[in-house]
Amino acid sequence: MLAVARTLVHRDLLLALRRRSDVATALLFFVIVASLFPLGIGAEPNLLRAIAPGVIWVAALLSSMLSLGRLFAADYADGTLEQMLLGAAPLGVVVTAKGLAHWLVSGLPLVAIAPLIALQYDLAPGLYGVLALSLLLGTPVLSLIGAIGAALTLGLRGGGVLLALLVLPLYVPVLILGAGSVEMAAAGLEPDGQLLLLGALLVLAAAFSPWATAAALRITME
Amino acid sequence: MLEAAELECERGARMLFRGVSFVLLAGELLRVAGANGSGKTSLLRILCGLAWPSAGEVRWKGQPIDGLREDYARELVYIGHAPAVKDDLTPRENLEISCRLAGQSTGMEALAAALERLGVPELPVRKLSQGQRRRAALARLLVSETPLWLLDEPFAALDAEGISILNGLMGKQVDRGGAVVYTTHQDAGVRNTRVLDLGAGA
Repeated sequence: MLAVARTLVHRDLLLALRRRSDVATALLFFVIVASLFPLGIGAEPNLLRAIAPGVIWVAALLSSMLSLGRLFAADYADGTLEQMLLGAAPLGVVVTAKGLAHWLVSGLPLVAIAPLIALQYDLAPGLYGVLALSLLLGTPVLSLIGAIGAALTLGLRGGGVLLALLVLPLYVPVLILGAGSVEMAAAGLEPDGQLLLLGALLVLAAAFSPWATAAALRITME
Repeated sequence: MLEAAELECERGARMLFRGVSFVLLAGELLRVAGANGSGKTSLLRILCGLAWPSAGEVRWKGQPIDGLREDYARELVYIGHAPAVKDDLTPRENLEISCRLAGQSTGMEALAAALERLGVPELPVRKLSQGQRRRAALARLLVSETPLWLLDEPFAALDAEGISILNGLMGKQVDRGGAVVYTTHQDAGVRNTRVLDLGAGA
């Protein structure tokens, strides 16, 4: 079972490596969206500092969603998804492995690049750690929740927009807790509470999302 | 081994087939025939557990496949309409991954030999022709040890040589006590085949 999971993660990373442009698109999208706000709002350091956590988190949400469409769509189109449904491992394991690979190529780079974006907003250097940590805990939740939506909208016409409508409302708790933790830290308070809640969300999502995604896949693949 | 009882399949409001029953024993070949749209692919997807019949049941060694899931999946190879190979990977990588996903640990030499036997070049699949893709997908059968093969239009896009290799493979599978269900429009001249005709379609 673990061997199957390892094979899948390895496969998806290899595919991402062969299709680097796909990964780069989502990452560049994040950078550009997050960079538009300082340009639009103008050089107002206090204002920028205040909106930084929220803007960075919203940009992360959108960028993570942008890459969700690819989570199952390519495998669906070439028939490899059918083979995964008929694989030796339970479908829950398969979708967990795919979710993990998706996070490694779409979520983890955001964590690494976020401090650079924060620099544009003149966020205090002391907050970079909290920002990165909140993203580290929050972005896997985005991948896990998004997987359910991606499975449900598989093969639908206009599935991309529907996916956004379906998934974005579910991202709200992650956004509130993620951005809130950085704002707390900026106000000089302990962000532990928010971060712990984010961690709890991650555990919850890791426990239930694979099961829901697998059920959704079985329905859409029929 | 494989048993279908009163299978019925509805797509939308259209009845594709009704009352399809058969028993497939070890060492038997079953060809599913029928016109376009008569439900050949749907039947195969029901047989492998990807889709559910609107009525009836599929049983594997006496047990309904709904309850078996992975245990049943491990016993079969299904090759569908889409060749299930990734464009960005080479045939060997594709074959290795699909074997591992099926819980099969076949050595590298065996994989390479299978692809060589089918004459598939080691290029990214993107650069291969339709027939070569088909061959890359069918290489699964060369390394498979599962008792049941479900093949949807396996002869499509194959040349005469490919067809004769596939015929040989199916013969070998039957000789060692396996079973094969396959669909095709034309009679490809496989020996000892039983035919299940789904008729003209709805």
